[in-house]
Amino acid sequence: MNNPQRSFFFNVDWVTVIIYLMLCTIGWFNIHSAVFDPHHPSIIALDTNYGKQFIYIISGIILGIFILLLESRFITALAPAFYGITTFLLILVLVHGKNIGGNQAWIALPGGFRLQPSEFAKFSTCLLLARYLSGTNIKVTELKSFAIAAGIILFPMALIMLQPDAGSTLVFSCLIFVLYREGLSPYFLILEGMFITLFVLTIKLNNLTYMVVSLVLIAAIIILIFRRNRKLVSTILIGLAITIAFVFSVKFLYNDVLQPHQKVRIDIVLGITTDLRGKGYNVNQSKIAIGSGKFWGKGYMQGTQTKYSFVPEQSTDFIFCTIGEEWGFAGAIFVLGLYLFLVLRIIYIAERQRSPFSRIYAYGVASVIFFHVVINIGMTIGIVPSIGIPLPLISYGGSSLWSFTILIFVLLKLDSNRMGIIYA
Amino acid sequence: MNSFFVRRYVIAGIFISIIVILAAKLFYIQVIDKEYSIYATKNVLRSIKIYPARGPIYDRNNNVLVQNEAFYDINVTPKEVKPFDTLEFCKLLGIDKPEFDKRFEKAIKYSPNLSSPFEKQLTAQTYASISERLSEFTGFSAVTRYMRTYPDSVAAQFLGYISEVNDKEIKRSGGRYQPGDYIGETGVEKAYEDVLRGQVGVENMVYNSHGKAMGHYANGVYDTAARAGDRLTSSLDIRIQKLGEQLMQNKVGSIIAIEPSTGEILCFVSSPTYDPNLMVGRERGNNAAKMYKNPYTPFLIRPIQAYYPPGSSFKPLNALIALQEGIITPQTSYYCTGAYKGGLPRCDEPHGESDLARGIAVSCNTYFASVFEKLLNINGPRNTDSTFVQWRKNVSKFSFGERLGIDLPNEGKGFMPTADFYNKRFGVNHWRSSSILSLAIGQGELLATPLQMANIECTIANHGFYYRPHLIKAIGDKQITKAEYTQRNYVGIDPQYFEPVIDGMQEVVESGTAASSKIPGIIMCGKTGTAQNSHGKNHSIFVAFAPRDHPRIAIAVVVENAGQGAWYAAPIASYIVEKYLTDTIKRPMDEFNRIKDANLMPDPSFYYSQIRKDALRDSLKKLKADSLHKKGPVKSVVIKKKNDNKVAYLTSTLKRKENE
Repeated sequence: MNNPQRSFFFNVDWVTVIIYLMLCTIGWFNIHSAVFDPHHPSIIALDTNYGKQFIYIISGIILGIFILLLESRFITALAPAFYGITTFLLILVLVHGKNIGGNQAWIALPGGFRLQPSEFAKFSTCLLLARYLSGTNIKVTELKSFAIAAGIILFPMALIMLQPDAGSTLVFSCLIFVLYREGLSPYFLILEGMFITLFVLTIKLNNLTYMVVSLVLIAAIIILIFRRNRKLVSTILIGLAITIAFVFSVKFLYNDVLQPHQKVRIDIVLGITTDLRGKGYNVNQSKIAIGSGKFWGKGYMQGTQTKYSFVPEQSTDFIFCTIGEEWGFAGAIFVLGLYLFLVLRIIYIAERQRSPFSRIYAYGVASVIFFHVVINIGMTIGIVPSIGIPLPLISYGGSSLWSFTILIFVLLKLDSNRMGIIYA
Repeated sequence: MNSFFVRRYVIAGIFISIIVILAAKLFYIQVIDKEYSIYATKNVLRSIKIYPARGPIYDRNNNVLVQNEAFYDINVTPKEVKPFDTLEFCKLLGIDKPEFDKRFEKAIKYSPNLSSPFEKQLTAQTYASISERLSEFTGFSAVTRYMRTYPDSVAAQFLGYISEVNDKEIKRSGGRYQPGDYIGETGVEKAYEDVLRGQVGVENMVYNSHGKAMGHYANGVYDTAARAGDRLTSSLDIRIQKLGEQLMQNKVGSIIAIEPSTGEILCFVSSPTYDPNLMVGRERGNNAAKMYKNPYTPFLIRPIQAYYPPGSSFKPLNALIALQEGIITPQTSYYCTGAYKGGLPRCDEPHGESDLARGIAVSCNTYFASVFEKLLNINGPRNTDSTFVQWRKNVSKFSFGERLGIDLPNEGKGFMPTADFYNKRFGVNHWRSSSILSLAIGQGELLATPLQMANIECTIANHGFYYRPHLIKAIGDKQITKAEYTQRNYVGIDPQYFEPVIDGMQEVVESGTAASSKIPGIIMCGKTGTAQNSHGKNHSIFVAFAPRDHPRIAIAVVVENAGQGAWYAAPIASYIVEKYLTDTIKRPMDEFNRIKDANLMPDPSFYYSQIRKDALRDSLKKLKADSLHKKGPVKSVVIKKKNDNKVAYLTSTLKRKENE
């Protein structure tokens, strides 16, 4: 029988580990440049962010190793428990948390550290979702299963929305890819795409009647073409009704529900306003920083926008600016490519799993990472509204780094045991 | 469960396409769109100008006429100020606490992050006492500024003044000048602006997002050092300049002296003058306003801008032309009964029989009227106009009615009537020599600047040519040898004709009209003139050169409302000459003092009326002098505005500058 200790060592997907380490290192060096303090120039100086990030990375690696040493059954069994703990923490943070930047998202820990429960909730939700959907006879195409799966996702979303942390809330929406992979109708994906487009158009065009009239016209044309197909016609009519309702609700949402600062951010992305000094300042400076990097970048620690602090949140949400400015298009594409490779690698890992649990969980990880990358980088180049979510493994932050470490290493652990079903 | 296997491709496909979209946008903003790197640079980079010291101006013996003095501004950056002993600081600066608070508030309002002036224009002495302690007060810094200073307070109109460049000048310069630069406005400061201004230096500094300077961009590779303006050595002699200004106090007029062998200007006095230090610093606007209101227009540069009828000082010129034309010889004599042909012009007294020399010596109007009549009738009375044209041509060779081209701005041309002018006035062919006889004695429509008058003396001193008058001797260490200054300008009179005229001019000083201004031991040759003034006393004019052999100085002095040439202009000229040639005044001081202390300021009402007319006129360029009378001798000091003569422009510009 193969020694379990041995087996995991040889079965760990080293490609992923290497990418993981590369990303951590890239993040560490770029944080060093972004918030470089001439009084503490050493990259491991502990009272600087880069020094701290070094500690987080080291501790993250230790954490990762620890996870690999665990029994995978242990992980599977405790899925609900994890979910419960994070739920508890999410509630705790609402009651007892520190309010930073308008969000009550942090719990203060002894020793001056802070914990962000929403980061860990991503992991526990993926885990529980995987656990649930891998259960016997659970088909996501059935309404009841779908409802429960949606509930598993929506519940933490709601709690996080109360903080309020729009960014972290939205992350959970990417789990629709998981559901899709498990059989959810592709129409949901298409629908989601349509609704996003409608959302954008409604706000951008600002003319309700115009929209409704054009929708009716489109529906009329389709009905005319397919008038023989009664079922289709009725579907279209229902769809039309829903769409119009959606459009109205978007208007309502935009005008009466969204906070002004959120509205402004959307406006800026859609090009409705160009507030270069206020809310648009971050994005504008970010684009300038990245754009000025040109093809080869200005060189390590030579970024003027970075050096002179023109981009706010340089070490966290806008860390990609440093990469863009100092390493240019070449560097930016390299990092983007690295993430794409990671995500595709995870899909590859997912598909080679025999256990649905592992597969579902893997798709969760891929989706979460993908979503963070696209939203974060998209925000820095101005095609997505400013949403505060970190760039995985690169942005400064202990909670974020650890939660991604856990996400990835749990996957590696499960993956290393993919042959385990036979042995167990 | 694996039936949805295919979907991995869909999901992977979606992931890939979205990332490609991101990559495309990255490509666009990093590679294609050039704007961003420009914005980045703009964010960070700022060019700071370093203003250089302007070139100083010296006299011919390297005495300072104007130089730069360092003044200090104390600037404050409120955000950087740390708590300090305010009272101590106030004591050092000599202000009280409420004033301190007021200024600090102002600085904060301007910008808490940027530096703004807190105290301006401290002298070097005041600054010295503060500078050692300035480091104790974080957030306060000193900025050095240079301002013009005139140790001897002379030659104000000659030197001119500088001021901050205005929008029109900026536009005209095509970018060479930026707001905040200084530019010479009048006088030497303007004429030699390019030499004096030096070169503004540029420091490219990088700033962070708070506006704090973080160092030089690219280690100063793109910085250019400020280059101080070149030192300018003028030909002026400060000894006689000072003496001249002293003698001309409380009088209106000018003194101009030229070195005949080079054309270099030795003395350039315009009276009333002012202390040039008044046009520097914070009080400048107020001072200028007061001087603008002065009815005697101290900003008028009289030696080159004021027009006078030369009067009798013009007679030698007529004599020379007549000699050259062969109309007369030195022996030609006329009999003077006290009035030419029993009418006009008259002489002060009957001179009896006079040859050329005596005619000059006693300034006999009869003599010169006779000569002029003969001159204009060479070709017969019907051809007066063509003869006049010829005569006029001869006179203009002496640069009458033309600019001499001195290297100062806004030189006046003077006025020489043309044949057309008389045709219009009298009708074609309706005038004869008798109609324009006043030209014989330097009156009539003829108008000249003191410079032109002095230049005639140079011509006579040189026996037939002059060098273009100029004031520059050297720039930096290099002597100036421009071709136009070394070229001899011949006036078309043969050298041999000068001697007899000079004989007469020597007689003027020995025993003639200027005998009381004779300098012991020096042979000065000159000519008095008395320009008639309808608004008051006549103007006293004297032109001369000395010594007769190897002349070293030619001079023209005009004193308005002083009566006869001999009364004031001649003595003043003689003191200047004596001082220049012997470096002392040996003659009795009481006479000197009498001349010096005489107050000959004319009735201001004439000048007031002139100023008021200027102010009323909309278009300064179309000003017409009110000097043209129909017949006979003319007038008064005329301030003609033609073309470039920007006198009134100057005064009204200064009125605008009041608001600085």
